[in-house]
Amino acid sequence: MTGVTDVTGVIGATAEVMPALAARARRTAHPAGGTCAHPDTVLAERDDGAVVRHGDTVAKAHAPGTDPADLARRLAAAVALPAVLLAPLRPAPVALHGRQVTFWPYGTPVDPDAPDDAPWEAAGALLARLHRAPAPAGLPPMRGPAKAARAIARLRAAGPHPAAAPVLRAWATLPAWARDERPQPDTATLCHGDVHLGQLVRHPDGTAAWRLIDVDDLGVGVPGWDLARPAAWYACGLLPPGDWTRFLTAYREEGGPAVPPAGDPWPALDVPARALTVQTAALAVAKSVAAGRPLDEVQQAVVDACDRMAATPPELVQDSTK
Amino acid sequence: MHCPKCHAPMHTFNRNGVQIEQCSGCRGIFLDYGELEALTRMESQWAQPAPPPPGAPQAYPAAPAAPAWGAPHHGGHYGHHGHKRHKSFGHMLFSS
Repeated sequence: MTGVTDVTGVIGATAEVMPALAARARRTAHPAGGTCAHPDTVLAERDDGAVVRHGDTVAKAHAPGTDPADLARRLAAAVALPAVLLAPLRPAPVALHGRQVTFWPYGTPVDPDAPDDAPWEAAGALLARLHRAPAPAGLPPMRGPAKAARAIARLRAAGPHPAAAPVLRAWATLPAWARDERPQPDTATLCHGDVHLGQLVRHPDGTAAWRLIDVDDLGVGVPGWDLARPAAWYACGLLPPGDWTRFLTAYREEGGPAVPPAGDPWPALDVPARALTVQTAALAVAKSVAAGRPLDEVQQAVVDACDRMAATPPELVQDSTK
Repeated sequence: MHCPKCHAPMHTFNRNGVQIEQCSGCRGIFLDYGELEALTRMESQWAQPAPPPPGAPQAYPAAPAAPAWGAPHHGGHYGHHGHKRHKSFGHMLFSS
């Protein structure tokens, strides 16, 4: 592969990075060179992460502006916990066209066409093990609240929409830490930061055991944040109670510290689940404005939950207002 | 043993005394002679109402706890988004 000419002048622009990223994935999959029949498969092509698969190797270009030292610390956390997080093929990122690039073994994801087969028990157990693991020294904060704040900024920039007001009112009910305006009340617990079903893959080592992927938002913080998407989906009436119970029960049986071992988990989950509901609604409204399309039934259910939040102050949990 | 379909190694599991080989690649399942019948027999036993073990709780709670701002149909029958998974929710499950 010859060098790609930078015709856009934008360092790290995603479209420009893709051919070089594919070439790196190829070279990593076949260090001895030669020809092969594997296609280059683009698994994601967004500015916040571009991912190319070649054979058993995946190369990821992280978001422009990713701090190399922070990314290296997050990679080190994955190297240290190979039974929970998929370990990278190389311990350090490399620079490519102004982007940080990491290399991973390819693991089989959850089938998006069969979400009923989702491994809720494995997800709960993996998160419990992650939260119980010692956080490596110097690991930056988990980026969940920062992502929620970014979704709100995107909503504010999107232009007028009748659903924007209830989403912003719900955002205003959240404590400062959940809006990324203050440090999180927990600065010791290792968290993933962006849990959803696309973040689970089967390990390619033959055991087919599930692992968590994507360390971009990994860090120390409030572990309830990692339970908050399923919690929010359940609260909004989208995730069936049985799926929610499987996930929560597995988390508790594995000794996960985000919620008490028995009894009502909501005092610990209320703020993060509100935040994830608001984040989801904000992105849905912003996309609806951009596409000139009305909200669908599912998106409306999330906005409706925001509307109800403004009438109910967050449940108080010790230290939640720090 | 290797999977006859995708040739990945198969792993043996014991399910209620029945040996089941599952492929680590395509997740397909191989049953030995008589094992299907054994599973069917167990299924029919399972379907028959069994007397509750002494001291066991009467029933699982109708619905797990939910926050006050949650969807109003909690606690009763599962709501209008019920069994048939909405395509948009399928997408949401996999989105950041």
